[in-house]
Amino acid sequence: MVKRLVVGAHYGLRDWLAQRITAAVMAVYTLLAVVVVLTHQPITYAVWKDLFARGWVRGATLLFIVSLAWHAWVGARDILMDYVKPDGLRLALQVFVILLLAGYLSWGAQILFR
Amino acid sequence: MASASAKKIRPKYLSLPAILFQIRLPVPGLVSILHRISGALLVLPFAAWALYLLDSSLRSESGFEAIRSYSQLPLVKLGLLLFIWAYCHHLCAGIRFLLLDIEAGVELRPARISSFVVLIVSLALTAVLGAKLW
Repeated sequence: MVKRLVVGAHYGLRDWLAQRITAAVMAVYTLLAVVVVLTHQPITYAVWKDLFARGWVRGATLLFIVSLAWHAWVGARDILMDYVKPDGLRLALQVFVILLLAGYLSWGAQILFR
Repeated sequence: MASASAKKIRPKYLSLPAILFQIRLPVPGLVSILHRISGALLVLPFAAWALYLLDSSLRSESGFEAIRSYSQLPLVKLGLLLFIWAYCHHLCAGIRFLLLDIEAGVELRPARISSFVVLIVSLALTAVLGAKLW
């Protein structure tokens, strides 16, 4: 019988894999964003507004923000598990990070679809 | 001698000055800790800042122009430069880690070379984008 300390981890592949897949999504988006910005010079308000009026730009950006939130959660949890030893403080910080990332998601969606 | 080594206190927790000034990380270690630090900075404050910039610039023409003139302030430019570096370093180091995951470049020499490449490429990208910003 394996005795495991309860540390709030999943002991699994899921987070590890999710972090890498979301990383790839964000890397592709970054490359795409650089190309789009370089091919739409100069970026005026009209150009900028028109870009974010397009469905695929909104969809891709939303996908980026969702990926970011998921990716950042795995990373932030790793950092907190490594450096913050008191359980109560770590839990409080983890809740803070979740709320922060949920806030980012909601703010991002409102920017894109208002 | 065996009893002497048995008396060592384990685990050993390092003081902050020891971490900062006594222990010299190998270059792959430096890339790794900078990956963590840049990741933490990107979550807070830079992601929030990016959302604020996107929000204001898309809200109205005056908002867009306000962001344009705001980004000319020296302190803001410095912040943007740090943001750009954190993003570039996190991206480059992340690509390196993905390659290590599929066991590409895990030998000592390629691993050291790729960490130097990550440091230099991310600084070069920051310089190029920073030059465009200025």
